[in-house]
Amino acid sequence: MIQKSLNIALVGNPNTGKSTLFNALTGLRQKIGNYPGVTVERKTGSAEIDGVTHTIIDLPGTYSLNPKTLDEKIAFESLIGSNPADPIPDLVLVILDASNLERNLYLASQVLDLGLPALVIMNMMDVAEDRGTKINALQLSRKLGAPVLPLIAKNDKEVQKVKEAISNHTLIAPQRFRWNPSEELKKAINLIDDEFLKPHTKLPEYSHKIEALRLLSNEQASDTYRLHPSKNDLVKSITRARRILDDSRKNWMAEEVLSRYQFIGDISTESTEKSEPRLTKTDHIDKVVTHKVFGPVIFVLVLLVMFQSIFTWAEPIMDLIDWAFIHLGDWVANAMPEGMLNDLIVEGIIAGLGGVIIFLPQIMFLFFFISILESTGYMARAAFVMDGFMNRIGLHGRSVVPLMSGFACAVPGIMATRTIENWRDRLITMMVLPFMACSARLPVYALMIAAFVPSKTVLGFIPLQGLTFFGLYLFGIVMAIFSAWIMKKIFKTDKSSPFIMELPSYKMPNWKLVFHNMFERGWIFVSEAGKVIMAISIVLWFLASFPKYDVTQHPIPDGETLQSVQLRNSFAGQVGQLIEPVVKPLGFDWKIGIGLITSFAAREVMVGTLNTIYSIEDDGGENLGLKQKLISDKDSSGKPVYTALTALSLMVFFALAMQCMSTLAIVKRETNSWQWPAVMFVYMTSVAYLSSLLLYQLGTALGY
Amino acid sequence: MLLSDIKKPGKHLIKAINGTGTIRLLEMGLTPGMGIEVIRTAPLGYPIEIKVRGYMLSLREEEATCIELD
Repeated sequence: MIQKSLNIALVGNPNTGKSTLFNALTGLRQKIGNYPGVTVERKTGSAEIDGVTHTIIDLPGTYSLNPKTLDEKIAFESLIGSNPADPIPDLVLVILDASNLERNLYLASQVLDLGLPALVIMNMMDVAEDRGTKINALQLSRKLGAPVLPLIAKNDKEVQKVKEAISNHTLIAPQRFRWNPSEELKKAINLIDDEFLKPHTKLPEYSHKIEALRLLSNEQASDTYRLHPSKNDLVKSITRARRILDDSRKNWMAEEVLSRYQFIGDISTESTEKSEPRLTKTDHIDKVVTHKVFGPVIFVLVLLVMFQSIFTWAEPIMDLIDWAFIHLGDWVANAMPEGMLNDLIVEGIIAGLGGVIIFLPQIMFLFFFISILESTGYMARAAFVMDGFMNRIGLHGRSVVPLMSGFACAVPGIMATRTIENWRDRLITMMVLPFMACSARLPVYALMIAAFVPSKTVLGFIPLQGLTFFGLYLFGIVMAIFSAWIMKKIFKTDKSSPFIMELPSYKMPNWKLVFHNMFERGWIFVSEAGKVIMAISIVLWFLASFPKYDVTQHPIPDGETLQSVQLRNSFAGQVGQLIEPVVKPLGFDWKIGIGLITSFAAREVMVGTLNTIYSIEDDGGENLGLKQKLISDKDSSGKPVYTALTALSLMVFFALAMQCMSTLAIVKRETNSWQWPAVMFVYMTSVAYLSSLLLYQLGTALGY
Repeated sequence: MLLSDIKKPGKHLIKAINGTGTIRLLEMGLTPGMGIEVIRTAPLGYPIEIKVRGYMLSLREEEATCIELD
């Protein structure tokens, strides 16, 4: 029985039930963060087995130890002990999908070759049996040279079996190499090992062969050592080793794969019994769900149900959160002595916290649905059905759900891009997602349309106001597609990661995992993006509240309130007035300038700011007073400040500009760098500025 | 004959995997000599769904042209 605390790594193909097992082993003792410098999530937890606490590391899903994606590279590096973020594993749990044994054994055979103590867990035995496959675990174990544990991980009781198997593990590494490299390949591998890995790296001995093979066969592999002092020696060794192989005129790149599949084919025939293949439930469901006509129809229906539910469920909770924070603020404001601290707590901290919590309902409901779609296997079908359309605009079928979520709010949408495996597709989806007309733009559109778009009909029956609304939504979609198309040209496709996607068999939703994911995403948002949002909220509060307007020195001008002069004389107000020359060509005056500064907190703040500037007391959200003020506002020469053209220019600006700190904060979290939020801010705001400029100048020239 | 030439469901044998950067196709079990079944194509003709080694895989046109059939 194992007495010491172990580092246990979980490794397996995607869709093998690895997360389910990780959750079952660790329960709530989990930590999630990012691997340093990259976007891959790092999940660790602890499990107590027979009184000993072990560390469990859930490595990203991977198909092979010859990594093609960032996720796979991380999994590989952690296993071979070259990733400083993870300890060298004392024990590796390799999780297989028993119903898809051969392909899963490919990774397993590679992991076992590492020569680390390993336990092979054959999950989804029930699915395999349903398909008429019987697997002899003992026979398989003998052939693999490592213990094999058959399992149904979704049954809670079965986790005990895993714990027992860990506790009883001998920690003896299996015998090495389940394939026979040719003499030339052996020579090439030894050359890299002797000339570079042994003398110049601190890699553990067991991983030298597989790392040498990766350096030989993967063009990008030497990037890992780009900062290494002996990098030039490595490049020379690789060139020499490749020459040996090229001289042999064999297809050495494929050698490992073919040799392993030969081995797998043999042991699979020896340890499994297959009955005649028959049509499974999955085959029957797929006939309808991925049908050329019904497929897209079903997908649209799924989206409609999903977003309608999010809307009807999240909306009242969001109103409640809003109400609760306003009342909390009022209560604290009255309970504390007046002064700066009171203002900071009420208008800075409590309002900022409310601005973070308000996102939770949408994030959690969206992830509730996404987790159901993922865990049942439907998400891959949706991607299959939509990929033909999305591929044409440079995106992946999996981009559809995140993009549609953007209509509610970009924040949960950007979190949902995690379901896109390919990094380039994920990045482009994130970058164009904020163009989708989110609900925070609605109050601004509503105000401007009600005030400046005449309520008449076009062609006798189409209301012009409704048409404008629709046009703005369409405009956002078109700009998103256009931007994706441009970015597709800029970010070159990485040839080494082909677009292949597995369509896993359908399963009942795993409710535990669904609720786990829902709370996990909520917590990640609050604990990581929340910090940034709070900080910016407080800065914005400070800018709008200081310097304090002193009523004892200057009287309040006629027709203004203390709030309006305070805002106008604050730092935010001064910046708003300072940028007037910049926004003048778009048709905006300093009042809108101030609104543009304050609405960085959230777009809908624009309406509140205009209310304050025009000294309008709260009139219950109808904005009748504000509408009148906007229509009747005159500049110094007596001309109206706002025309239909100004309103249109402002709406175009709001449709395109990046005016949302929460979106930037979540992009920072998801990309793990400030570079992408910065690119997003500059790109979107420039596009917005140029579009409004073009529209306003063209409109003015045409005499509107 | 290439997989990309096949428009109808049916069973075929893999002859070879061509092109650079196609190691992943081999790693997914698409090895020469293996039988595959074309199940269906998506609404706009691609991706194409195939069955190999008992599981379902979706491929885009680019990958389908790398797979040579008997």
